[in-house]
Amino acid sequence: MMEQVLLAIVLSPLAAAVIAGLFGRVIGRAGAHWITILGVGASFLLSAWVLAGLLGGRLEPYDGAVYTWGISDGVRMEVGFLIDRLSALMMTVVTFVSLMVHVYTVGYMREDPGYQRFFSYISLFTFAMLMLVMANNFLQLFFGWEAVGVVSYLLIGFWFKRPTAIHANLKAFVVNRVGDFGFLLGIAAILSLAGSLDYAEVFASAPSWSRQTVEVLAGRPWDAATLVCVLLFVGAMGKSAQVPLHVWLPDSMEGPTPISALIHAATMVTAGVFMVARMSPLFELSTTALSVVLVIGATTAFFMGLLGLVQNDIKRVVAYSTLSQLGYMMVALGASAYAAGIFHLGTHAFFKALLFLAAGSVIIAMHHEQDIRKMGGLRRYMPVTYWTALIGSLALIGFPGFSGFFSKDAIIEAVHASAIPGARYAYLCVLLGVFVTALYTFRMFFMVFHGKERMDEHTRSHLKESPWVVTLPLVLLAIPSVVAGWMTEQALLFDGYFGSSIHVSESHDVLSTVGEHGTAPSAFLVHGLSGYPFFIAMAGLATAWLLYLRRPDMLPQATARLRGIIRLLANKYYFDDLNEKVIAPGARGLGKGLWKLGDEILIDGLVVNGSARMVGWLAGVVRQVQTGYLYHYAFAMIIGLALMLGWLLMKG
Amino acid sequence: MELSLLSTLIWLPVFGGLAVLAVGDRRAALSRWVALGVSVVTFVASVPLFAGFDRTTAAMQFVERHPWIERFRIEYYLGVDGISMPLILLTTFVTVLVVIAGWKVIRERPSQYFAAFLVMEGLMNGVFASLDAMLFYVFWEAMLIPMFIIIGVWGGPRRIYATLKFFLYTFLGSVLMLVALIYLYMGSGSYAIQDFYTFPLGMREQVLIFIAFLTAFAVKVPMWPVHTWLPDAHVEAPTGGSVILAAIMLKMGGYGFVRFSLPITPDASMSLDWLVLVLSLIAVVYIGFVALVQSDMKKLIAYSSIAHMGFVTLGFFLGFSILRRTGGLEGAGMGLEGGMVQMISHGLVSGALFLCVGVLYDRLHSRDIAAYGGVANTMPRFAALMVFFAMANAGLPGTSGFVGEFLVILASFRANPWFAFLAATTLVLGAAYTLWMVKRVVFGEVANDGVAGLTDIDAREGLVLGVLAVAVLVLGVWPAPLLEVMGPTIENLLDLMVRSKL
Repeated sequence: MMEQVLLAIVLSPLAAAVIAGLFGRVIGRAGAHWITILGVGASFLLSAWVLAGLLGGRLEPYDGAVYTWGISDGVRMEVGFLIDRLSALMMTVVTFVSLMVHVYTVGYMREDPGYQRFFSYISLFTFAMLMLVMANNFLQLFFGWEAVGVVSYLLIGFWFKRPTAIHANLKAFVVNRVGDFGFLLGIAAILSLAGSLDYAEVFASAPSWSRQTVEVLAGRPWDAATLVCVLLFVGAMGKSAQVPLHVWLPDSMEGPTPISALIHAATMVTAGVFMVARMSPLFELSTTALSVVLVIGATTAFFMGLLGLVQNDIKRVVAYSTLSQLGYMMVALGASAYAAGIFHLGTHAFFKALLFLAAGSVIIAMHHEQDIRKMGGLRRYMPVTYWTALIGSLALIGFPGFSGFFSKDAIIEAVHASAIPGARYAYLCVLLGVFVTALYTFRMFFMVFHGKERMDEHTRSHLKESPWVVTLPLVLLAIPSVVAGWMTEQALLFDGYFGSSIHVSESHDVLSTVGEHGTAPSAFLVHGLSGYPFFIAMAGLATAWLLYLRRPDMLPQATARLRGIIRLLANKYYFDDLNEKVIAPGARGLGKGLWKLGDEILIDGLVVNGSARMVGWLAGVVRQVQTGYLYHYAFAMIIGLALMLGWLLMKG
Repeated sequence: MELSLLSTLIWLPVFGGLAVLAVGDRRAALSRWVALGVSVVTFVASVPLFAGFDRTTAAMQFVERHPWIERFRIEYYLGVDGISMPLILLTTFVTVLVVIAGWKVIRERPSQYFAAFLVMEGLMNGVFASLDAMLFYVFWEAMLIPMFIIIGVWGGPRRIYATLKFFLYTFLGSVLMLVALIYLYMGSGSYAIQDFYTFPLGMREQVLIFIAFLTAFAVKVPMWPVHTWLPDAHVEAPTGGSVILAAIMLKMGGYGFVRFSLPITPDASMSLDWLVLVLSLIAVVYIGFVALVQSDMKKLIAYSSIAHMGFVTLGFFLGFSILRRTGGLEGAGMGLEGGMVQMISHGLVSGALFLCVGVLYDRLHSRDIAAYGGVANTMPRFAALMVFFAMANAGLPGTSGFVGEFLVILASFRANPWFAFLAATTLVLGAAYTLWMVKRVVFGEVANDGVAGLTDIDAREGLVLGVLAVAVLVLGVWPAPLLEVMGPTIENLLDLMVRSKL
C-alpha cells in the first residue's frame, strides 16, 4: 500500500511531464497545464496524506527498495524510498510550492509559445526533486541531485534565443558540476569505507569507520568522517550556492520567474541543506566538517546579503537574498541545529516563493521591466500584490510573529550557543546579516511600491493588478508565510519532531540550550522582542525608510563616503571576473596549448609525420645510390669485394 | 551441437554484403532494401545470444570448434562469454541503424557502401567471437579493409591522409601483436586463447608480450599518445563510418585488454599497470581540455571519445592498485564492469552524437560549430534529441553514460583517491565541452540563412535517433541485466588476473 502511494507520488508528475512534453501539440495548451497541475496536485495530496499519517502514527516510517538498479562486485545498488518525517515534510513543501507555481504559470506564461514545454519541464523538475528527497541511498540521491540540475539548466535557458540565458544556464550547469565533482568523490569515499550505498547501512557502520584515516597527501592523514563530510559538503555548496560556488544563482534569474521561485528559491537550492541534514549521523562525527559548514554558511549569509544592497534588478535582489538565506540555513546545520535549518528551509520556501511570485506579478504589470529604479508607487495599482509582498518582506526580515522570525531567531540563538570553532565569527555574521536583510528587503519594497512613480507614461497607463491565477498563489503562499512559524515552531525545534531521522550528538545539542528560555511560540516572541536581532532588523528597516522614502536626498551623500565598498559590491567581489577572465580563458588556453603543442607539434608533427618524413628522406638517400650508370655499380661491387676480402684476410 | 549461431552472425552479413554488391548500383533501391534486410535479420538472429545466455557461468557459450589449418593447429573456434556477447549485440544493433542512416544520404555507389558495412559487421562479429588467436588476428586485420575503403571512397577532402594514417597506425600496432601470438603458439603448441591463459610465462617474456599487446590495443582504443589518428579519421569519414569507428572499432582495443593482456600476462600487467593508469588519466584530463577548444564538431566528439575510453582502460587496470593498497580485490570487479559498461554505453552515445552531426552535415555541409547557432528554432525535435545525447555524453544519471563512469570512479577511489579525483574531473570537463558545443550549435538566435532554412528531422532520422535514445535511457535506468550477464565472466577474469604465472 505505502509503496504504491509513494510510487504514485513520484510517477504522477513524471507521467504528466512526459505527456506534456511529447504530446504537447496534441493536448494543447489547456491540456498541458491541466494534466501537469493534476499530476502535481495528486502528488501534493498524497504527500500531505503521508505526512499526516506519520504525524498521527497511522503510518510507520518506510525504508524499502523499488527495484535493483544493478549489482556490481557484490554491491547492490537500488532505487528505493526512505520516508520518515524529514522526507515527508520535504515532499509536502516541494509539492505544495510546485503546485502553486504550476497555477501561477498559467497566468505568467500565458503568451509564451513554449507553454507546453514549460509545464513539462516544471513537472519533470518536481519528479526529480521528489526522487532526491525520497531517496534511501546515495545512488538515487545523486540521480535526483543531477536531474534537478539538468531541469534547472533547461529552465534557465528556457528562452534559448537570449544570449544571456544560454550563457547563464551553461554557467549554472558547469559550476554545479564542480560541486557534484566533490559530491561524487564523497560518495566514492563512503562506498570504499562502508561498502554500501544504502543510508541505513552507512549510518549504522559510520561510527566504526569514522576514525580511520585516509592518507590524502603523503604524511597528511585525514580523518575519514571529515573527508567524507567535506566532500559531500562541496556538493551542497554547488547546489545550495555557497561561496565560492554561488556565482551561478544570480545569473539563473535569466529564466522565467516561476522557476526562479520554484527551483532557485524554494526547492532545488535547498537540496544541499536537506542533504546535510539527512547526513547528520555522518556530520556529527566530524566537528571539523561542521566548522567548515558553519564558516562557509556564515560568509555566504552576510557577504551575499550585502550584494543585495546594490542590485537594481528586482529578481536579482531577491536572488542575493536567497543566497544569504541559504547561508543562514547552512549556519544552522554547522551549529548542529539541523532542525532549525530545515525549519528555516520550510518557512523560507513559502515566503521566498511568495516574494519571487510577487516580483513576477510586478514584472507582468511593468511589461517585463525589472529595474526597480523605473518603478515606484505600485501600491495603488496592485493591492493584492502589495499586501502579499509586504507579508513576504516582513517574514524575510524576521519581523516578530511572522514565520521567518521563528526560524531565523532559532538559528541565531543556536549559533550563539554553539562552541565549535568558527561559531563566534558565524554569530557576528548572522547578526550583521539581519541588518543587511532588512535594509535590502525594504529598499526594494519601498522603491517598488512606494514613492514617486518613475515609470514611463505608456507603462503607467497599463498598470493593473494581475489575474487571479497569479494572485491566488500569492495569497495561498502568504498564509503559511505568516502562520507556519506559529504552528510548527515548537514541534519542529523542541518536541523531537524529526525523531531518529536527524541525529545530534550530545555535545553539539545547541537547540536544548536555545529552548531554556521557553519553547512555546509565545515565549519565543517575548524573548525575541527583547533580543538584539529584533532591534537590528528594525534599524535596517528604519534606514531603508530614511534613505529610500523619507530623505532620498541623503542617499548620494551616504554612497559617496562608501564609494570603495560600493565598487567592490557592484563588481560582486570580482568573482565573475575571476571566472570569466581568468579561469575560463585559462582552461581554453590550456586546451589550445595541449592541442597545438602536444597533439599537433609533438605527436603528429615530430613523431607521426616526422617518421613518415624520415622514411621519405631515407628513401631519397637510398635512391641517390641507384644512378643507373653501369660503372657506378661496377665500382661499388669492386669496393665491396675488396672490403670483404680484406675482412676475411684480417680474420684469417 | 548448438545451432551454429555465431557462424551465422559472422557469415550472414559477409555474404549478405556480397549479395548487395551483386545487386549493384544500377538497382540502388533494391540494394538498400537487401542491405536493410540482411542487417535486420542479423540483429534478430543475435537476440537469442542474449536471451539464451547462461548468466551463471564464466564458460564460453555457443561454442563452435573445427580444425582449420591443421599443420599449425589453427582452428575455427568460436564462442562468447559475458564480455564478448554484449559487444556482438552492440555491433548488430548499430549496423542496422547505420544502414538506415545512410539510406538517402549516400548517392555515390550506394550498393558498395552498404556492402562494405555489412562485410565489416561480419568481420567485427568475428573478432569478438574468435577463441582462436590466429582466427582472431585474421578478422582483426581484415576488418581494416572495409573501413579503409569506407573512409577512402566516401570520405572528405583529406581522406587519403586520414586513411593512410589510420591504416599505418593500426597496422603497425597489430604486427607486434602477431609476433606475440606466434610466440605464444610456439610455446604452448596451440592457438586457443584459453590455452594461453594457463601457459606459464617468465617475467621477461610477459613484459615483452604485454608491450606488444599494449601497442596493438592502445592504438585501437586509442590511448594517449597514439590517439592522433582518430580525430583525422573521424573528420574525414562519412557519418556511418564515424559511427562504426566510434561505436565498435574502438571497443576492440578495450576488448583486447580483457581478452589478452590481463589474463595472458597477469604479472606484467601488475607491474606495468601504472603505465596504463597514467595514460588513462592523461586521456581523461588532457584530452578533456583539448576537446574544449575544438571548432569542428566531429573532432570534438572524437576527442570526447578518447576521454571516455580513458575510463575503460582505467577501470580495467584498477584492480592491481586496489590489491596493493587494500590487500583485497573488493572493488576491482566494479572497475572491470564499469569499463565494460562504459564501452557499450559509449558505443550508443558517441554513435548517436556522430549521427546528430551527420544530420546537420547532410543539410548544411559543414561540421564547423561556427556555421551553426540557433538550430533549436528550426529543428526543435532534433534539438531535443541532441541535448539529450549531449547530457548522456556528459554522464547524466539516468542515461547509460553515467553507469560506467560512476562505477569506475567508485572503484578508483579504493585504488587511490587521487585516481578518483582526476577521473572525476570529467564531470566538469565533459559537461563544459559538450554543453558549450550545444550552446553554440543548438541554442541562440538563428545565426544565418543556412540555419533559417533547415528542416527538422524526418521519420527516418527520427527513428534512428529515437531508438538510440531509448537504448541509452533503458541502460541508464536499469543496467542490471547487462551487469548480470557480465558478472561471472568478470569474476573469472579477476581470478586469472591475480594468479601469478611465474
